[in-house]
Amino acid sequence: MTVPRIRFTFWKAVFIVIMVAGIYCTYVRFFHGLGAATNLSDQFPWGLWIGFDVMCGVMLAAGGFTLTAAVEIFNIKRFHSITRPTILTAFLGYLLVCAALMYDLGLPWNIWHPLIMRNPHSVMFEVAWCVMLYTAVLALEFSPIVLERFNLQKPLKIIRSSMIVFVILGVLLSTLHQSSLGTLYLIMPNKLHPFWWSPLLPVFFFISAIAVGLAMTIFESSMSSKYFGRELELPILRDLGRVLVVVLALYGILKFEDLYHRHVLNQVFVSSYEQRFFLLEIFLSVLVPLGMLLVPRIRESAQGLYLAAVLTLLGFVTNRLNVTITGVENAVGGRYAPKWTEVVITAMFVALGFAIFGLAAKYLPIFPEEKAHIPTLRQPEVVESELAVPAHAGD
Amino acid sequence: MSKGILYDATMCIGCKQCEQACATENGLPYDDTIAAQDVTSAHKYTAILTKDDKFMRRLCMNCDDPACASVCPVGAMQKTALGPVTYDKSKCMGCRYCMAACPFRVPKYEWEKAIPGVRKCIMCSKRVTAGKQTACAEICPTGATLFGDRDALLEEAKKRIHDKPDSYLHHIFGETEVGGTSVLLISSVPVSLFGYPTNLTERALPMYTYQVLSRIPDFVPLFGMMLGGIYWITHRRQDVAEAEANEKELKGGAR
Repeated sequence: MTVPRIRFTFWKAVFIVIMVAGIYCTYVRFFHGLGAATNLSDQFPWGLWIGFDVMCGVMLAAGGFTLTAAVEIFNIKRFHSITRPTILTAFLGYLLVCAALMYDLGLPWNIWHPLIMRNPHSVMFEVAWCVMLYTAVLALEFSPIVLERFNLQKPLKIIRSSMIVFVILGVLLSTLHQSSLGTLYLIMPNKLHPFWWSPLLPVFFFISAIAVGLAMTIFESSMSSKYFGRELELPILRDLGRVLVVVLALYGILKFEDLYHRHVLNQVFVSSYEQRFFLLEIFLSVLVPLGMLLVPRIRESAQGLYLAAVLTLLGFVTNRLNVTITGVENAVGGRYAPKWTEVVITAMFVALGFAIFGLAAKYLPIFPEEKAHIPTLRQPEVVESELAVPAHAGD
Repeated sequence: MSKGILYDATMCIGCKQCEQACATENGLPYDDTIAAQDVTSAHKYTAILTKDDKFMRRLCMNCDDPACASVCPVGAMQKTALGPVTYDKSKCMGCRYCMAACPFRVPKYEWEKAIPGVRKCIMCSKRVTAGKQTACAEICPTGATLFGDRDALLEEAKKRIHDKPDSYLHHIFGETEVGGTSVLLISSVPVSLFGYPTNLTERALPMYTYQVLSRIPDFVPLFGMMLGGIYWITHRRQDVAEAEANEKELKGGAR
């Protein structure tokens, strides 16, 4: 066990370095303003924090509603054993999105304003309400895990009896929220490059969220089996892989139809700045993972599924960054690259996400068929592994 | 009656007195350095741009159906009946969607401040409400910037183009762009030379998002009902299967 011990100290050190740098950047952000902490400008009012922390944060949390819908609403029981980690991921994801918003908003102490100041014509108003309500719903969906841990039977019974209401609410809110992040850009037909601006933006954001939800679940289960020593539920992951094939194919076909009918298809073959990023996105998000998953030998193997899922995730992260940044660069006449302080804050949230997931997996009954194991001093591997996870944070 | 501003670039002499008056009206600093800046910013709401012997003015177009006001989640941006598009910092939470959505890239941000706000020309809303002209129109020595009823200004612009067809491009920028704007521009050269966008729709931009948002009240009950229905069917199916299995067992036991 000497090897993991070295990893442990290394990743712990990385985690601490990121946190210390993060605290410094937090100070810069709140005491010297957005100008000092970011490369944002009048040309680029939105950058990495919106493009990654918010857009991708919400997208990567999509496993929560995808899996709860499959298990609770469609009654697909065999997915039951993997829903809890996805709810944890979703809840964590939304909490981190809220935290990231506090950094990005110019006047974060006014974040509650949409509660009393209403503008139903604003997509951002819809987004604000979805974030607030869905975070609350996720807290309720997550609560049985905590209540079980402390053996509080009475509230547990109440929550469980009304769980289906929360699940339906969660799916409704997620559908609205995931799509609304695309709707945000509908108002910019003259700013966002035609590769990405489309009347179907909300639909693309929603379908890709489902794909990412499935891919994230495969990714998470693979990671858990690697670092928490859990048995890999390969048959379940294969099923998820099969569904992922269908969702990716649907997304790809719709994307093709959309480009064709808006007469943008020919631009895909003309070299340009946008074209390179668009091709990168399409290959990573759809073409390569779909090609892989269509081969039975790859689809059946743990490594094949894992790789296809990671590519899907990277592909759709590229998509969200393209919509937020690449797609508007030409219209505003400039290029944006995040400042190091922006990157540090983003890295801090990712690292926090992995670390809290690890702690939750250790102290709470996240994997239902196993009893929540009360940690003892004789389990250093578990402590190591949760901190070893941020290794993949920057992937 | 909705008010407006007509800027006739052919009459402008580039004296920048409008810039100075604007700064004074809004309590902004103004000196030679700022006068030399040819972009609008958080401390400069209007700018006179120069290209060879041609001039052009940048300022908030104060759209008839403004994207910034439509996207503001808390209604900090408002289109007033008189024409100006105003901003209320006490409501703002700093999401900067107005900046992202504005087709003319008008709203600017106080990036250097720890408590920042959005800054832009608000067509001298206070003055206009008091029945006065905008500061820029009042000071303009040549009448290149004209304040008045938008309808009357539009007629005036058409008349000028009609009377001197060789001196103008036959287009009034702001007449139909993004559904029309309170500020109208006429010029002998394309406004795109000075950074104005040319790929604008005649359709008001808020319609793009509203046609999706307006469906939410239908979507929520219908989709919610559908999810509930699917839940009921899938679980009912399971109950029936279990009941049938039990029945078989019972019959088997009785025999």
